[in-house]
Amino acid sequence: MLSKLKQKRSIKGKRSKVVIENGQISVRSPKAYLYLLPAVIVLVAFLFYPLIKILRMGFFERYVYITSTGTGFGLSSIKHVLADPVYQLALKNTCFIVFIGVPITVGLALLIAILINSLTKGKGFFQCAYFLPYVTSIYAVGIVFKWLFHSDYGYINLFIKIFGADAVHWLTDPKYVVLSVTLFTIWNGLALKVILFLAGLQKIDKQYYQAAKVDGTGRLRVFSKITMPLLSPTIWMVTMISVIHAFKTYSEIVALYGSDAAGPGNSAITVIFYIYNMFFTKGQVHYAAAAALIFLIIVIGLTAIQKIISKRFVYYV
Amino acid sequence: MGSFEKFKMLDRMLKAVKYLLLIIGALFVFVPFLWMLSTSLKTGAESISIPPTLLPANAQWGNYVQAWGVAPWLLYFRNTLIIAVVGTTLLVLISILSAYAFTIFSFPGKKIIFMLYLATMMIPSELLIIQNYVTVTKLGWIDSFRGIIIPTLANGFYIFMLREYFMQVPSSLFRAAKVDGCGTWGYLWKVMVPMSKNAVSTIAILSFISYWNSFVWPLMVTNTDAHRVLSIGLMQFNYSVSSEVHLQMAGTTIVLLPMVIFYIIFRKKIVSGVAKGGIKG
Repeated sequence: MLSKLKQKRSIKGKRSKVVIENGQISVRSPKAYLYLLPAVIVLVAFLFYPLIKILRMGFFERYVYITSTGTGFGLSSIKHVLADPVYQLALKNTCFIVFIGVPITVGLALLIAILINSLTKGKGFFQCAYFLPYVTSIYAVGIVFKWLFHSDYGYINLFIKIFGADAVHWLTDPKYVVLSVTLFTIWNGLALKVILFLAGLQKIDKQYYQAAKVDGTGRLRVFSKITMPLLSPTIWMVTMISVIHAFKTYSEIVALYGSDAAGPGNSAITVIFYIYNMFFTKGQVHYAAAAALIFLIIVIGLTAIQKIISKRFVYYV
Repeated sequence: MGSFEKFKMLDRMLKAVKYLLLIIGALFVFVPFLWMLSTSLKTGAESISIPPTLLPANAQWGNYVQAWGVAPWLLYFRNTLIIAVVGTTLLVLISILSAYAFTIFSFPGKKIIFMLYLATMMIPSELLIIQNYVTVTKLGWIDSFRGIIIPTLANGFYIFMLREYFMQVPSSLFRAAKVDGCGTWGYLWKVMVPMSKNAVSTIAILSFISYWNSFVWPLMVTNTDAHRVLSIGLMQFNYSVSSEVHLQMAGTTIVLLPMVIFYIIFRKKIVSGVAKGGIKG
């Protein structure tokens, strides 16, 4: 094995040197840079440059983007945003979507995936049916939801009336707007999660189940001792993707309310909506950038937590 | 024997419950679409009746004719198609080139550049939009296809997916190609890409869907119908028919239909592609 790994072979070309290492070709040639060039150009211009720019902008007290000049370098914009009641509301709303919406979505998706996976007939049909929302334009679906949520004509109120509940002003009562947005994100997010869980379930080696069958192990025991532990990396990955995705909730709100205001009095505002609102509607680039900076810190923090926890607790095969 | 039959019955009941739960769940997924279709065929009065009716008394196909006349749908459709096709082609192309460089070449700085590419996946694109908007404004690209497409090409995601597949192409083929007088450029297009055509077509389809449905960025950088995509056209359309739900739903159906057909045709590829590639953005 080791001697095979160390085996190297060279083929001499006209200009470049070709080495085969560990069964993988490696061509030593500066041509590689040419292949990378197109991607590097766009990544530098539209990813790394804006990232550095926005990080810098956030530290200015006032910033004019047309001339790229700022005054008052320091933490004042960041402090202003953190103290802004609108930002605090945005953070609170976003946390609601993350801590209430994500567990429900992940739980439902897991249940649906396990049910679909256990079917002998109709697996493909249900898989395709549940995945449909993933490919449909969120804006178009949002318009449909706007009417489903309607307090007089909407199906959702019609549905809850069956259980004797009073009509709810889902989209116009500030008490319910975040709940409505969360319901919409659950509906919208379910598709991807079901598919990812199904993929995870199908990756589990059938041998384990056969062995359990031979031993006559009960269904519940098979589920808790085989399926769940082997699925835990997938559950963890899906949860983390969902958390980060939920922190970025924005298009759902534009779909329901348009891009000018997040519901009545901005009551459904989220962290990302706050950033765009500051920039496009209020024209305060420095606050928008400062809010973006705080957001980046949150995302990096989440990613770090994910790395630490997955190293400690998630069972990998 | 008795206990076996009991077990069999329990098994059958469990199966029925499973199907029932899945059908109820699927119903929740489908209700918005079914309601949309039903409402799009109602009369104006029916669409706002209290309590809401389930189905239209008479299907009003004329709603579609009326909705079609209000907005330049063909123009929106053409714009969306241009953006999805050109964007996908360019994105797939530059992803292939980069993935290839990381697969067969070794060059100074490879590790660092690879790490930087990896880092791109962790940066939320939402953060970049403000500065990209400024850049696009300064370049004079507002309200143009360039402005909509080019900034979205800064996407490292597909490079990694492709590289995984490129790595699996056996290196013996490289020697064989070399003997046949194939250079690195020829090897890429004659061997590497055809060998990975499943992966290439998968990322093409996934990127096509995300371009087709993108609307936050196109909304920000367009301000006339000339470059508006379907979703934003729908937004404009809804302003002009404001409270007429049945027309809004006819418009929404017009916008959703092409993608639903695309999904039905490519459903297996789309589902397996997403399952394999995980997620994007």
